Formats: sequence, structure tokens, C-alpha cells
Amino acid sequence: MNSDTSSARLVRIGEVIEASTSEFTAQCYRLYDAPDIGSLVLCGEETPTYGIVCEATTQSIDPGRASIPRGLNAETEADVFNSNPQIERLLFTKFRAVIVGYCGGVGYQGGNEIRRYPPLSAPRIYSFVRECDANEVAEFSSSHEFLNILLDTPIGSQDHVITSFLRQASAAHPDAHEYLVGAGKSLASALPGQLPRLSSILRSLE
Amino acid sequence: MNGANGRYMDYADGRIPLGMVVSGSLSEGVKVRLDDGVSIEDIKVGTFVSLQGQRNRFLGVLTEIALESTDDGITSAPPDMSSPLLAQVLSGTIAYNTVTVEPMLIMGADTMNAPQPAKTIPPHFSRASLASEEDIQMVFGSEDAGHFYIGNPMDMEVRLCLDIDELVKRSNGVFGKSGTGKTFLTRLLLIGILQRGMASNLIFDMHGEYGWRGSSEHTNEVKGLKQLFGSKVAVFTLDPESATRRGLRPDYVVSIGYDDIEPEDVEILRDTWALSDIAADTAHSLRRNLGKGWLRKFLTYAGGDEFSELAREMNVPHSTLSALRNRLNRLGRFEFITEGKGSNSVNEILNYLQRGMHVVLEFGRYGNNIDAYLLIANLLTRRIHDRYVQMSEQASGDSTQQPRPLVITIEEAHKFLSPAIAKNTIFGNIAREMRKYNVTLLVVDQRPSGIDDEVMSQLGTKIACLLDNEKDTDAVLSGVSGSRKLRTVLARLESNRQALVFGHALPMPVVIQTREYGSPESYRELGFVEAAELRAQAERDVDVLFGPGGC
Repeated sequence: MNSDTSSARLVRIGEVIEASTSEFTAQCYRLYDAPDIGSLVLCGEETPTYGIVCEATTQSIDPGRASIPRGLNAETEADVFNSNPQIERLLFTKFRAVIVGYCGGVGYQGGNEIRRYPPLSAPRIYSFVRECDANEVAEFSSSHEFLNILLDTPIGSQDHVITSFLRQASAAHPDAHEYLVGAGKSLASALPGQLPRLSSILRSLE
Repeated sequence: MNGANGRYMDYADGRIPLGMVVSGSLSEGVKVRLDDGVSIEDIKVGTFVSLQGQRNRFLGVLTEIALESTDDGITSAPPDMSSPLLAQVLSGTIAYNTVTVEPMLIMGADTMNAPQPAKTIPPHFSRASLASEEDIQMVFGSEDAGHFYIGNPMDMEVRLCLDIDELVKRSNGVFGKSGTGKTFLTRLLLIGILQRGMASNLIFDMHGEYGWRGSSEHTNEVKGLKQLFGSKVAVFTLDPESATRRGLRPDYVVSIGYDDIEPEDVEILRDTWALSDIAADTAHSLRRNLGKGWLRKFLTYAGGDEFSELAREMNVPHSTLSALRNRLNRLGRFEFITEGKGSNSVNEILNYLQRGMHVVLEFGRYGNNIDAYLLIANLLTRRIHDRYVQMSEQASGDSTQQPRPLVITIEEAHKFLSPAIAKNTIFGNIAREMRKYNVTLLVVDQRPSGIDDEVMSQLGTKIACLLDNEKDTDAVLSGVSGSRKLRTVLARLESNRQALVFGHALPMPVVIQTREYGSPESYRELGFVEAAELRAQAERDVDVLFGPGGC
């Protein structure tokens, strides 16, 4: 892992509010600040854990107080926020990420290598979460084991998450097409007997 | 054969990787899944493949190429391949290629040991690669006195050599459709035998292609054996006029006397003369009845009652005897048949052969006359063989007195060795008794299915050019292990200058691209030195010996 990409330089976007060894949920500091679906995020300092964002939700802070329409007489959507400044405090945005690996000394080899399998323990609550930069994405996605984890985790719109991640990862590699061919081949091995599904994923990547 | 993206590089040992063993058996061969990036279009049947097992290395021949898929849907509902990404991803994963490799030899870790026939197969996931030049040299030997360079394995630069000593130990065959390069290959084999110097050649050169100036499909004319190895080759002819016209001074003109012709010679002409069995047997009866000079006596036998009397005496129908006489009268058309005893051709040939020379018998204008060819080849061979039997028996126990091994080359061999007559003719005997008397055959033929099975099975080394008749292919491959797979290889040979070679003189079957013959370089490689070059060398030698301007 590149030590320059410390959390000090990269902007934190939120903190873990719910975690297991297979996924975590983070709440954003700012409303609507969740990363795109398929983005690679990193949480925690002691055992930096990689997640791929698979779902983002914005909802009312108070489960008993659902949001109601407020813009009947407003000209624009911005007018709604301007005339109801409390909204930003009443709503929050959170996102869910599938844990696809971690970095660090846990494991029989020790060291600081990227391990593309779930950690032995879940991320801590209140761990800081940030988006990975292009270098980190390129490094993490250089091997395709994460595809199996994504395919094995019960998440909604699984294929959408996979294609979104691969699109971002390919942009981080010098030869995007070659990267997609390699990842596509790994996907083909991971999806035996599912040719139509594979075709659909690959076509959406072009 | 590297992948387009350059990821598939040669192994450190120089071999080009192909893939990985995924299944198979000893009888069916092992299946190798091709690496992603190895183009199936670069793979050819008949190619040598090296399989690296855990302890041993195997050398095999590629016998089958297949397109396979992990998903049945690919055949029933093929995906839209207009997407380049989809096409690239699917090839090598869901749609993949396999080749079947027949392991032929096993090469132990100890490179000093000669390769052994493979009695086991490499385990799962063994790496397969194209065989390297070292593999080929290790198996087939390098070019030296005993190994003659005959061609190159397909798509390889390495020289593939035949063990000439092993070759001449048994009778051999060169087969192939007309125009596939049989004559070229035969000429090369003859040169190999000649250069090795272990055996003498006697060539019944039907169409004048071996002794003096042959023809080629690419160049107009190629040199014959006499031109390349003049001091070692004698050209005999039946037709001195034709020889003179072609600028050749024959070493000997062969003539045959009526008295030289025996009933066995008539028997070999049975098919071409459409003689019945009884008529052919009658020749033997005539020999008994009329004694020495039987043929002359029979041809001049008075007609009418006397002839009928002869038929009655011999207990054959008059018509049969008459038919036989009609056919025998045809011999009169051959100018090389003379009254009484002919020239002592057999002795002359034997003298040359025993001196270590090689004899090419040209037929000149009789080359297109199968009767003349059969008659002469049979007559001479029978007598030469008799002499060899005598010499071998006299020398029994004393290997130094054994006659010099002789290889007799015959074309249109199915006429001599057809099932109907092979058991009775001298050629059938020679083929069957192998090298007991130091005489073997080199049969050249385009219809191997017409040759007696027993004879075919006795041939030590077979060289097969393209054959597309199923019966011919069967005949050539009968009795060969793995023949079903070799059939695929044989049927896909190129129509010229490619041949499948298998049998005694080779550790394993191999497809070769015949070496070049006909260019000045090819002659030089065969040891031929042009006259001008010889003169220049002589002058240089004189200068070295006596100084410039000396002598």
C-alpha cells in the first residue's frame, strides 16, 4: 500500500455505523455524499479494510418521522432546501459496502500486503471511511479474486455493482480494454453455465 | 505462437508452450487444453509435442485438434460476437481448444539413456509445449555417417535423420499418389544408402528417373545418381538408343536370351497378359516337356496336328495352349530379347554390386511397357537372389564372407506383389524372408492396397506421401499401433513434398517436409562437386604442392 495515500490527504466521507466480517455500512458526513455504486472504499486505520459500495440510501434520521413532500409552492428543488434549512439535519445518507479484502499484518505472512479476502474481524464502528484513489484502485484490482466475493454475497443488483466496479477499475489501468478482457475471463470462469448473464455484463462494459 | 498480447513467451528451455494436460489415456492419447492466446490456426496435426511430467519427459505427436466449450448454450444459442470484448473473453474460457497428443516416447531424466516407447502417460496438469530442436535430435539422432538427413519435421528447421543401417536391414516401402514426391523421396533414400556405403542398390528404373537426369515438377531437370556419384553408380540399359539420345553413355547394355526366360517369368505376367491359371501353369509343363530352350521350341512349334498333340500330351485344352503361345509371341517385340542366351547381365550386375557399386537399370522406351518391366525385373532379381542365397549359404558362419547387402528398388510394386502372385514370385519371397540372404526391397507404389497384406506387414519402414483412397491408407497403416490417429495425419498431408515416415528406422512416426533436391546447393550438400570447382581445387592443390607456376 502506498503510504502517501494517507487518510490525512484523502477526504473522509463518513464513518462505519454497522459492520460484520462480510460487509459494513457507513454514514456520510454530508447528505448525498455517498460514493458511486461500485466504488472502492477503505475503512479503519489499524486494519484498513477494502469495500466495494453496493448500495446507498438517504432517509430520515428519526425512523418515526418519515419525510414528507415540501415543494408544492417552490420554484426549484433548491428553493425547498433554502426555505427548510433544517432538512439537512433531519436526513442522512448511508451506504453499504461488501468487504473484499484488507491490508496489513493479519494473516500468516504478516506484512502490509493487500489480501483479497475478508479479514478475520469486522471493521470497528466509527472507523473512518474514505474513497480510494486511482492508484489504489489499480493496485487492488490487479488481481480478480474480489469477483468471487461479489458474486457470493447476497446483494441487490449484483451485476450492476460488478460492472460499475470494473468500469472504474479499467479506467485506472493503462490499457482499459486489456484489463476488461482479463477480468472478463475471470468472470467467465466464475459464472459457469451462465452465458446469457456473462454476455449481458460484458456488453454493458463496452 | 506467442499470444497476441505477448504474455505467452517461450519457456526458459526454448520450447514454445501449448497448454496443459487435462485428461486422456494411453490408448486414446492425452488431451491438452491450449493456453489462452495460443491460436488454434497455428496448430497442425503431426506436430511434435513435448510433455513435461513430474519425473519424465514425453515426446508425442499431435493427432487431433478440437473446439470445445464449457457451456452447451454456445452451440444452441451462440452469443452475439459483434462485441470484441465478448469475443475475446469467451475464447479461451467458455469456448476453448484442445489437442490430443499421442505420447510416443519417454525420455528419462538421464539424458544418456535412449528414449523408450511410452508405456505410461504424463499426469494431470503436465505442461505441453512444442518439441524443441534438441528433442528431435535426441530422438532421431544428428546427421552423421549412419544417419541421413531426409527432411525437416513440419514447421521446424531441425534436420530429421533416418538411421540408414536400420533401414537397410528390412524391406521398405515408399507410397503415395502420383505426383506426391515418391520419386524424390526414393532418390533421397537411395543416396542415403549410397553414402552410407553399407549396402548396394539395384534400381529397376522404369521411367529413367534415378540414373541420369530425373524430372521435377518445379524445375525441369534434376541430376540423377550417375551425375552426382559417377564413380559409384553404373547405369545399365535395355535401350541403348534412348540412352545415347539423352547424352548418357551406359555402362552396360542388357539383353536377355529366350533361353533365359523361365516359367516363373511367365507367371508374373499372368495378370497383365490376362492369362488363366491353367495357361500360366502350362508354362511349367512346357518347361518339363520341352526341356532347355523350351520357349524358343514352343514358339517355333509346328501348328496343326502337332500342336494339338502337344496339348493332348500335356493334358491342357488346345485353346489354352494357343492363348499362351499368342502371349509369348509378344516377347518378339522386345529388341532386348535375343536368340539363345543373352548377355551375361546377371554376372555383370553382381560384379558391380559386389565391388560396392550401385546399379541403375534403365528401361528407355520400354519404360511404359509394364510387360517388359515385370519380365526383366523378375528375371534378373530371381537370378541375383539365387546367387545371393548361394553366397550366403557358402559363407554361413563366416560373417566376413557374407555378400554385400543389396537393396532392390522396384516401382509399380503392386504388379509384383499382388495377393494373387506374391506367394510365388521372387519379390514376395524377398519381402517375406527379410534379410536372411542380405537382399531387401525398396518398393515404390501408388496403390499399396494392391500389395499382398503379408508383404506389407513385413515392410520395416514405410514412407507414405498423400494417399486419399481409403483402402490404400488402410493398407499402409495396417498393423501399426495408433493407426486410427495416424490416418488423420496421413489424410491431411500436403500434396507435395510431405510424407509420414514410420517403422523400423525411426523411434516414432513423423511427418516430414522432404529436403530440397535439385538446386546447386542441395547437390553440394550431398557431396557433389561441380567439374569446374574440382579443376580449381586441383589447381590450388598443385600450387600448394609445387608453388605457383610449378609442375
